[in-house]
Formats: sequence, structure tokens, C-alpha cells
Amino acid sequence: MSETETYSATAEVAQVRQRTSRGKRIWIDLKKAPISAWFGLIVISIYGLVAVFAPLLAPYDQADTSFGAYLPWGDGHLLGTDQIGRDFFSRLIYGARNTIGIALATTLLSFLVGGSLGLMAAISRNWIDQVLSRLVDVLMAIPSLIFALMLLSIFGSTTWGLIVIIAILDSTRVFRLTRAVSLNVVVMDYVEVAQLRGEKLGWVMRREILPNILPPLIAEFGLRFSFVFLTIAALSFLGVGIQPPTADWGSMVRENASLIQFAKYDILGAITPLLPAAAIALLTVAVNFVVDWFLHKTSGLKDEH
Amino acid sequence: MHPIVRTVIQRLLMGLFTLFVVSLIIFSSIELLPGDFGEAVLGQAATEETVTAFRRELGLDQPAYTRYFQWVAGVVQGDFGTSFSGRAASGIDRSRDVVDLIAPRLENTLFLAVMTALIAVPLALFLGITTALYRNTIYDRVVNAFTLTTIATPEFFVAYILILFFASLYQVFPSLANIEQSMSFGEKIYRSALPSLTLTLVIVAHMMRMTRAAIINLLASPYIEMARLKGVSSRRVILKHALPNAWAPIATVIAFNLAYLVVGVVVVEVVFVYPGIGQLMVDAVRTRDIPVVQACALFFAGTYIILNLVADIIGIITNPRLLHPR
Repeated sequence: MSETETYSATAEVAQVRQRTSRGKRIWIDLKKAPISAWFGLIVISIYGLVAVFAPLLAPYDQADTSFGAYLPWGDGHLLGTDQIGRDFFSRLIYGARNTIGIALATTLLSFLVGGSLGLMAAISRNWIDQVLSRLVDVLMAIPSLIFALMLLSIFGSTTWGLIVIIAILDSTRVFRLTRAVSLNVVVMDYVEVAQLRGEKLGWVMRREILPNILPPLIAEFGLRFSFVFLTIAALSFLGVGIQPPTADWGSMVRENASLIQFAKYDILGAITPLLPAAAIALLTVAVNFVVDWFLHKTSGLKDEH
Repeated sequence: MHPIVRTVIQRLLMGLFTLFVVSLIIFSSIELLPGDFGEAVLGQAATEETVTAFRRELGLDQPAYTRYFQWVAGVVQGDFGTSFSGRAASGIDRSRDVVDLIAPRLENTLFLAVMTALIAVPLALFLGITTALYRNTIYDRVVNAFTLTTIATPEFFVAYILILFFASLYQVFPSLANIEQSMSFGEKIYRSALPSLTLTLVIVAHMMRMTRAAIINLLASPYIEMARLKGVSSRRVILKHALPNAWAPIATVIAFNLAYLVVGVVVVEVVFVYPGIGQLMVDAVRTRDIPVVQACALFFAGTYIILNLVADIIGIITNPRLLHPR
């Protein structure tokens, strides 16, 4: 827009109002974001990059056992080797890929199932809604870690089994939230108009309701992701989650935990098993920071006092 | 009938129904097993007769509903069946009753849970009330930052950090909490110090934050402002005016966290090799010992449901507003 020397009303009216592009709007929001949100975003991007480029970044393969067991830090192995001689640093990098990938797939599946069922229940409000809601009530009455353990004992610990079991258990919470927020939107006139126009259920769900309930769902996605991530890490730590030789942060803690006993003699070695646990904690904190900022921004809430 | 009584009874019936459905789900887990699990349990060398005998012992030749009622009748009388482990292809049965496996471990788990609850609940209430009282001071900020950190970290991380500092670098407590029946009470407490401390750190954070939030929410209501304008001291405002109305949410939070404690016990027991029911369940899951898994799951789910039920009932009794729905 050029600066005009003399003011002209016609010129101003004639001017096409330029909309700030989407990218520009996001940038403006980011510039206003607090430092915690920036920290969270940077940490998440680093994790994402490491996960995507794991094979390029890792010096050795995750299942390469051709080194001595429990080698110390340095000397070709940045963080030493584990109990059967695999490079710890490489496994840490591959662990990002496996753990985050599986957690992401699980969260996506749980949103697909829980979200679509929740929307359907909110729109139809008939016996489907009743049956699903009661079912979810009962499923939520069992602690999910216990339920997951029980199902894993039946179906065995395969990666796909793990993803499906955790996704279904987690989708109950997604169902509740989706149903609750879409109930407010379903009663709007434009939804009724669309239904009267004869649009199909899928169209109404996707085009009329979904855009209006997206912000709380995105925030929930972040929270559910960190919860799923912690659950999978806990299950792997217990030895019934992701199975070897796939590198994964939960089981890496367990496998090398005995090193902690020797902290007096080799403090670096004792810290090694804590690194994957710290990586889990850092990602959880980062996701929570970003979700807090996002909720704050979209809901227009002021700071709690 | 008094409306309070009616609401409580409704809630109790709802809880009973949930327990029934949960027992149904746990029972049907054995139905979902693949058809050839008899061979998987008994080993490759099992003859057809032993497999058939094993299936008959489990009652798999009878319809499912008959077995469900038999199972429930057994559970009510304390009979959870026999463990899958210790069975051999030759038909020799060295398996033990699930009850014998569970009973001593249940005692240990309850010991740990009660010990943790006795420390954590008063501590969380104290911290929650004082941080609400001295809001936005340095004390409040430090406590808040600390609790936020412990919420975000997985239990086993907290546990291993405690081991690193208190068992390895400075040998104050043992890192293995292998308690036994024969130990004295003091010895048991000493050995379970680290697992109990881990669980305390994890649940105090939740409880303290929600207590603080509940009280701060109340402090915004007009009657509190009225009390303040009368010139009542802030300590009295919180203890006499705010706290009575905050009991319902606080009770919910405490019960919810005790329920969480029962679940969190699983991971912590594995870290410290504590001979409790959580570790038993994890071992049973690994060996796919379904009767033991069922019994443990029933215990955990039952405790969880009952604690939540108690919280709801306390909420109904202490909060008259719940009795007048819109």
C-alpha cells in the first residue's frame, strides 16, 4: 500500500482491502507467544526432526550388537553402549522415531474413532448416543493402564496390538469431549439448514460442525498425545509394550537401570539410563506448554489467579 | 424419601451396575483367547487328552453364562481359580491357587498404599491451603513450579532419580524394597521408604494443585468478599468460610488420587522390586497367566470404582446444591 500525500476518500474506498495471508497471521501470533510456548515449539520441532531423520543422524543401527557391553562414554560411542553392546546414542535417536511414531499413530487413531463417534452421537441424539455414552462410562470406570495390561495379556504384545488397544481405550475421552463441544454447535440454525437441505451425515459432520469445534479438539490432541506417550513408555518400561530389538525409551530405561547402582564410581554411566526418561519428560513438558498457550489464545481466557 | 437418600441410592446402584459390567468384561477376556491356548499353556508336547482335560477343568465345555455365574460365585467366596503357570504337558499339575499367590502380595500393596496416603493427603491439604492463603508469594511460586515438574515426569523417572540420590550416591535407603512377612514393622517402613516417597511426590502434586484451585475459586464468590468486608482475618476466611464449601471438590480429588495411587503402584513396584500385586500382574501379563491377570484386574478396577463412588457420595452429602438440579 503506497502512502498518498493528500487524503482522498474515493481512493480509500476503491482500495481492495488486503487480507493478511494465513502464514502472516500465524507469524503474528507466534511473535506474541510467550517464551514457554516458544520453548515448547522449538523442543517439539527438534524431536520431530530427529524422529524423521533418525537413520541419517544415528551413527550405528539400533539393533547392532557388535560392540562390547557397557562401554563408557566417549571413544566412538558418545553415550557408551548398553547391556548387550548396542550404541546408546543411536538407540536414543531411533527411540525418538519409534516411541513418538507409535504414540502419534495411536493418538490419530483414537481421534478418528472417538471423534467421529462423538460427532455422530451429538448429531443423532438417539439410542446410538445412549448406548455409546453408557459404554464409555463403563470403560472409563476401569483405570486405563490396568485395562491395557489385561488386553495385552490376551492379545500379546505386538506393535499393532498396542496401537489399537491404547487408541480404543483413549478414544473414550476423545468421545466425551467431542460430544460435549459439538452438542452446542448441533443446535445452531445453519446445521439444521444443512440437514433440511438434505445433506448426508458425513457432510454435516465434516463441513458444518468440525470447523467450529476444532480449537478444543486440537488442544485435546496435544494433551492426549502426551498421555498416550507416557502410557506407552510405562508399558514398554514394564516389558509388555514395544518389544526388542526395536529401540524405545521406556524399555531402554529398564534395561540399563542397574547402572544407577554404580553412581559412586561412574556418574556418567549412572546418568545414561536416566536420559531416555528425561527425554520423555522434556517432550511432555514441551507439549503441555504449547497446549497451554494455544488454549489461552483460542479461548480468550485470562490468566488464572 | 429424603432427596439426599434417593440420590445416594441412585449413585450406589449405578456403581453396582458398573461393577457388574466390569466383571463381565474381565470375565470375557478368557473368551477372547485364541482357540488353541490350551496347547500354548501346556506346551507343544501336550497330548490331546491333557488338553481336553484342561479345557474341561476351565469349564470351556459349558455355555459362557453358566461359567460367568460360577466364576462370580467363586470370586465372592474368595476363589479365583488356579494359576496357568506350573502346568506341564504330561498332565502333572503343580499350579497354585490364585488366592494363595495374591493374598500376601495384596497385603504388601495395601501397606504401601496406606503408608503413602497417610503422608501424601495431609501434606497435599497443607500445601494446597497454604498456597491459596499466601497466593502469588515466592512460597506459592516455588511449590507450584515444583509440583508442575513432578506432574510432567513419568513415575519411573522420579523413582530412578530418587534411587540415584538416596540409594546410590548417598546410601540412605535401600534401592530394593524386598519386604517380607517376617520383618519388623519399622524395618518394613524403612525398606518401603523410596517407593512410598515416589508415589507421594506424584500424587501430592495433583492433590495440592486441585485443593488450591478449589479454594481460590471459592475466594472469588461474593459471600467471601462479604466476610472480608466485615473485617474477618484471612486465615479465618479460609478455614471457616471457604473450606466447608470446598470439601466436596477436595474429597473428589483425594479419592481420585487414591485411585490413581492404586494404579501408579504397578510401575513403582516394578522399579523397586516390591513384592506387591502390581508386580504380580505385570509378571502374569508377560507369561499370559490369565486367571492371575483377571484377579488382579478385578482388584484394581474394583478399588478404583469404589473410591470414585465414595468421592461422589461425599460430594452429594456435603453439597446441598447438587440436590436441586436445574
